Amino acid sequence: MHSIIKIAYRNLGRNRRRSFFSALALALGLALLLLMAAFLRGEINSALDYTIRLKSGHLQIRAPSYDETKTSLKWDDLIQDPQSLIAQVAALPQVKDATPRLYATAILVSQNKSIGVQVFGIDPQATANQPYRDGIVSGQFLTPDDREGLLLGQPLAQKLGLQTGNRVNLSVNTANGDVNEQVFIVRGIFSTGTNAFDNATILLPLAKAQAITQSDNHASVIFILLKDSRYTDQVANALANLPYKILTWQTMNDMIIQTEDMANAYMMIFYLIVLAITASVIVNTLIMAVFERMREIGILAAIGWRAREILLLFLAETALLTIIGIGLGLIIGLMIITYFSNHGFYIGNMGISGYLIGNMIYTELTFSDTLKLSLITLLITLIAGLYPAILAARLEPVNALHGSQ
Amino acid sequence: MELIKVENVTKVYKTGTVETQALRGISLTIQSGEFLALVGPSGSGKTTLLQLLGCLDQPSSGKIYLNNKDVSQLNRNQRADIRRGTIGFIFQFFALIPTLTAYENVEMPLLLNGLSSTERRQRVTELLETVRMSNRAHYRPDQLSGGEQQRVAVARALATHPLLILADEPTANLDTENGKQVMEVMQRLNQETGTTFIFATHDPRLFGYAQRTIVLRDGQIVENSHASSTQK
Ligand SMILES: Nc1ncnc2c1ncn2[C@@H]1O[C@H](COP(=O)(O)OP(=O)(O)OP(=O)(O)O)[C@@H](O)[C@H]1O
Ligand SMILES: [Mg+2]
Repeated sequence: MHSIIKIAYRNLGRNRRRSFFSALALALGLALLLLMAAFLRGEINSALDYTIRLKSGHLQIRAPSYDETKTSLKWDDLIQDPQSLIAQVAALPQVKDATPRLYATAILVSQNKSIGVQVFGIDPQATANQPYRDGIVSGQFLTPDDREGLLLGQPLAQKLGLQTGNRVNLSVNTANGDVNEQVFIVRGIFSTGTNAFDNATILLPLAKAQAITQSDNHASVIFILLKDSRYTDQVANALANLPYKILTWQTMNDMIIQTEDMANAYMMIFYLIVLAITASVIVNTLIMAVFERMREIGILAAIGWRAREILLLFLAETALLTIIGIGLGLIIGLMIITYFSNHGFYIGNMGISGYLIGNMIYTELTFSDTLKLSLITLLITLIAGLYPAILAARLEPVNALHGSQ
Repeated sequence: MELIKVENVTKVYKTGTVETQALRGISLTIQSGEFLALVGPSGSGKTTLLQLLGCLDQPSSGKIYLNNKDVSQLNRNQRADIRRGTIGFIFQFFALIPTLTAYENVEMPLLLNGLSSTERRQRVTELLETVRMSNRAHYRPDQLSGGEQQRVAVARALATHPLLILADEPTANLDTENGKQVMEVMQRLNQETGTTFIFATHDPRLFGYAQRTIVLRDGQIVENSHASSTQK
């Protein structure tokens, strides 16, 4: 066995350039796969991260009858007197912040243009709302007692030609089904880095949102951020005895998680195509080697090598070439991925509705993806390498001895 | 002692629809320790017969006994096992593995036989000594002359103490001087170790080395003669 590997190794050295380029083809294939996997992982994680920070939180408390898709404002569907509930939640050690939010639908009108938007009534002082505060690109953030100020997303402002200080007309649906109209002043413009959110969201101080929607001291949800997403189930269990619905980030973002599963399935097909191409390069190299070394195969057979040993020799050559290729591919792949994990990869406004993706994707390579892809590469190449190996092992010694040198 | 017995062996090669009768009923016996020449014009069947004796191929009909064991019906792996310990080959082309040194080429058959590394080292050193290649032990084949390569091939053929060494035109690619050296090494080893040698040739200069000469023509034995006296 040892001698088979020794001979296999030396055989690769016989045509160094050919071996190198075959290994390089495999390396580039693997690097591409790693990059794709890291990109996908970065994209999904960024989508989850954005969604949790801006929209869903780790957990939400809602009234049992609250229907998110209808943005209902009926008092029965809302949480009454959220402050006492928040005090209870905030007392849990795993909770970083809990804050009430009131959601409403509205129409924003400016210079004959009108656009449907989501109104987020938020507590401007809550730490959970820091991402919005950080996103301010012009003007000021809200203050709790502001009665005529609002914030709007940058793309929305651009669409309506609005700037900080401008006036804008907002028609808000109210708890009893009416529409309340008021002129607001644009206090500031924010950009969270995800187009899908910034395109359709208006921020108001909670008190003003409650007033204009006539929902009194009610909130649509309690938005909860945890110190770590690992605590989600613990905290959800701790809150289970409340007369409310507790939703975790997983259930609220099942679409992202499903998208990831689907993307992984598609990626598998992509992986197999790339690997089929690289494997065929290796197989081609080995088929050439079999024909060039016919006579040598005959000599080995004459010495008493069995078919199985000749098979192993060529498989060992495939394996060595593949391992070199994988090593090279890991180096190339890791270099590219490290670059994009630091500098990001600009994808622009690829926002799909309901799915918050940042404009920059930072690649994330996990150890398990690396291991999985390396092993799949090895496995597929070895399976493909069976063909030249069987070709060599099937040669009749007599014919092989007649073959070319 | 009878080493080989060939009974009415034929070999037919089929290439497409064309059939070539390479051997047409060969019968002969070979004693252990013989130094035997197989001669005859090109295409007479020398290589074919050597391949059958060497268990590289199967006869189309007839029987071959090696050491009283019928080897004419064995499958590929069984034949490989017979070759592994019993038979050494020397070819017309210099059949060394190009990536291995002279030393490693000689060591190769021993690796299959499960010898310890000290035993192997001892045996390889001794063999290279015998064929006078000790000073070139760590050269690769492409750094050796044809005669040197062929002497290494002789050493390799002998490595496992085979009963039988088959040499197919071992000197055809060598000049007179190198050819003579290779033949003398083979002859000496035959006398010292008692290993049976069968070599095919159509070079009249080599006829004198043989104790017995078998002449083939058109796949049949036309002459089977012992040298009058072994005065070599
Ligand atoms: N693999 C093969 N397929 C078809 N025909 C073959 C094959 N090997 C040998 N022959 C034919 O069998 C006959 C005997 O060939 P063989 O090689 O045994 O002759 P030889 O005596 O060794 O000749 P040479 O002195 O030229 O080496 C020839 O007619 C040859 O063409
Ligand atoms: Mg011949």
